Amino acid sequence: MSLEKVIKVSGRGVFVPGADIDTDRIIPARFMKCVTFDGLGEFAFYDVRFDPSGNRTNHPLNDARFQGASILLAGMNFGCGSSREHAPQSLRKYGFNAVIAESFAEIFNGNCTTLAMPCVVASADDVAILRAAIEADPQIEITIDLEKLLVTTSAGHEIPVTMPDSARDSLTAGRWDPIQELLDNNAKIEERAKALGYVA
Amino acid sequence: MGKSLFQKVWDSHSVGTLADGRTQLFIGTHLIHEVTSPQAFGMLRDLGLKVKYPSRTFATVDHIVPTINQDAPQDPLAAEMMQALQKNCDDFGVTYFDLRSGKQGIVHVVGPEQGITQPGTTIACGDSHTATHGAFGAIAFGIGTTQVRDVLATQTMALEPLKVRRIEVTGDLRPGVYAKDVILHIIRLLGAKGGIGYAYEYAGDLFDRMSMEERMTVCNMSIEGGARCGYVNPDAKTIAYLSGRPYVDMSDFDATALRWLSFASDADAHYDDIVRINASDIEPTVTWGISPDHGVAISENIPDPAHASSEIDKQSIEEALAYMKLPAGTPIKGVKIDVAFLGSCTNGRLSDFREAAKYLKGHHVAAGVQAIAVPGSQIVAIQCEKEGLDQVFRDAGFEWRAAGCSMCLAMNPDKLVGDQLCASSSNRNFKGRQGSSTGRTVLMSPVMVVAAAVKGYVADAREVFGMD
Ligand code: SF4
Repeated sequence: MSLEKVIKVSGRGVFVPGADIDTDRIIPARFMKCVTFDGLGEFAFYDVRFDPSGNRTNHPLNDARFQGASILLAGMNFGCGSSREHAPQSLRKYGFNAVIAESFAEIFNGNCTTLAMPCVVASADDVAILRAAIEADPQIEITIDLEKLLVTTSAGHEIPVTMPDSARDSLTAGRWDPIQELLDNNAKIEERAKALGYVA
Repeated sequence: MGKSLFQKVWDSHSVGTLADGRTQLFIGTHLIHEVTSPQAFGMLRDLGLKVKYPSRTFATVDHIVPTINQDAPQDPLAAEMMQALQKNCDDFGVTYFDLRSGKQGIVHVVGPEQGITQPGTTIACGDSHTATHGAFGAIAFGIGTTQVRDVLATQTMALEPLKVRRIEVTGDLRPGVYAKDVILHIIRLLGAKGGIGYAYEYAGDLFDRMSMEERMTVCNMSIEGGARCGYVNPDAKTIAYLSGRPYVDMSDFDATALRWLSFASDADAHYDDIVRINASDIEPTVTWGISPDHGVAISENIPDPAHASSEIDKQSIEEALAYMKLPAGTPIKGVKIDVAFLGSCTNGRLSDFREAAKYLKGHHVAAGVQAIAVPGSQIVAIQCEKEGLDQVFRDAGFEWRAAGCSMCLAMNPDKLVGDQLCASSSNRNFKGRQGSSTGRTVLMSPVMVVAAAVKGYVADAREVFGMD
């Protein structure tokens, strides 16, 4: 298996307001009744994009100016709550290729990495600067450079970001999906199983 | 320097270091359910892979099963998911505790009940409340679907090591204070993000005295505190609980028990952090907001954003109160409820129903309140019915349902409607968690749920039932 190396991600941005956006918010549980992930994209953020009678709200994702944005900007503790991978999957299928936030919940972050969707952390001030910039001009192109750990924009911003070393490494080296490497260690797995005693 | 249980289990299950620096960790037991497994089996088929150790993989159905007419979901999507699980288990040779097995239930109730959950092992399940199994001194991780695939295919997964925080609670709980209050209190104290990067070790004489079921309640909500997993060191209670359970090999049990106990943290173990709490400081605790760390003691007031410690805090209180439609700075006691839910993997075990029934007996659910009691497994249901607890609930005006996740989340017919407010023994109070995008959840212990059901508002069970 050879995977694409994720070194730079570019696109327009959209800001989703609020701290502690949990996975229930990203994909309400009732849309998880599916046996494949295809089709989850249209339900991303459903309960904040639509009111209880099904009318579009004024959520930024409904704002025509931000249609086609592929980089999600968010606040603190983004993706907290359940470990459901349906959440990153729905964002991915919705069309997002990366998330910039003030911080991330751990499981969510790991799940995103496995989908080749980098999650980078910027300071609250820098998130606010980026937010103001895209709200002033939604056409601004944002680029996340994983090697330099730098976010730049076509408007001239240069913002340092962080991410876990392992996530950065696995994305830039094209091994964000660990399955092949795990499989390759089969002999060692069987050895461990035997040594543990309770497995076989 | 000695090792913590976490370190011992991690070291004994480590297969090696991966190129990205993560550890390839062997997963001794893999629990699966209908919601997060079908996509993983699909990926396995796409890659032409088999399940590496089918005998270490156990399935049940819990999230989407209806709790009335369990085996006949009206929802075609739910029926499809149940069929998919059956087929996947058949095709890949996985043990499935299905609805006819008499052993079905919430995955985190079934594992311990069957003796599948054992000390010194690693456990993974595509569900964030997998930490529950830590009550037995196992290291148990909630994982995403791609990791479910990895564990199915290789019985391993890639993980970063965690730091360990020892949370020591000492002394006695006051009457009317339960394991649920302990964990709600811990989360309130350390925050919903406080545990990020950590495994929580719950220690101290309070946990030593707790029953296995109480320990499960505490470990269950580790994730709500941000921790990746949580555990209690195995002891004589752990051994006694497991002895004779179906999946415990009794052939040389003394040796097995000694091996299990050897995983307990050494007295001189290294911890990255230690937190000490007095059990007597803990009051019955309930949530007032939309994050599990939005907790207050039942005698306290709902916070007032005007007194917030920071601007961020202020905004978060305002957002929560707007959603909860609760007035700032007023007592939480007396907040009107519409629904009372007793169940879930946090508090859906025999001891929860026994304790709740003990106080409920002779009382009746307040007019206008819908109250449902949902056993965590078929075995819990049968045991409750043997003891006549179901009748206590029915007589009091509760609906007595079949086993499943029910109103803990919104994937089966048990849902809040509109902005109904639910007194709930479950673990999450996120916006929309209980099935209505404006539905409101107040988390509390089972006895507090029945007190709220009886009064029709959030109440202090100690006053309602004259506990002292
Ligand atoms: S009872 Fe709730 S928290 Fe527990 S497994 Fe079911 S849905 Fe998840």
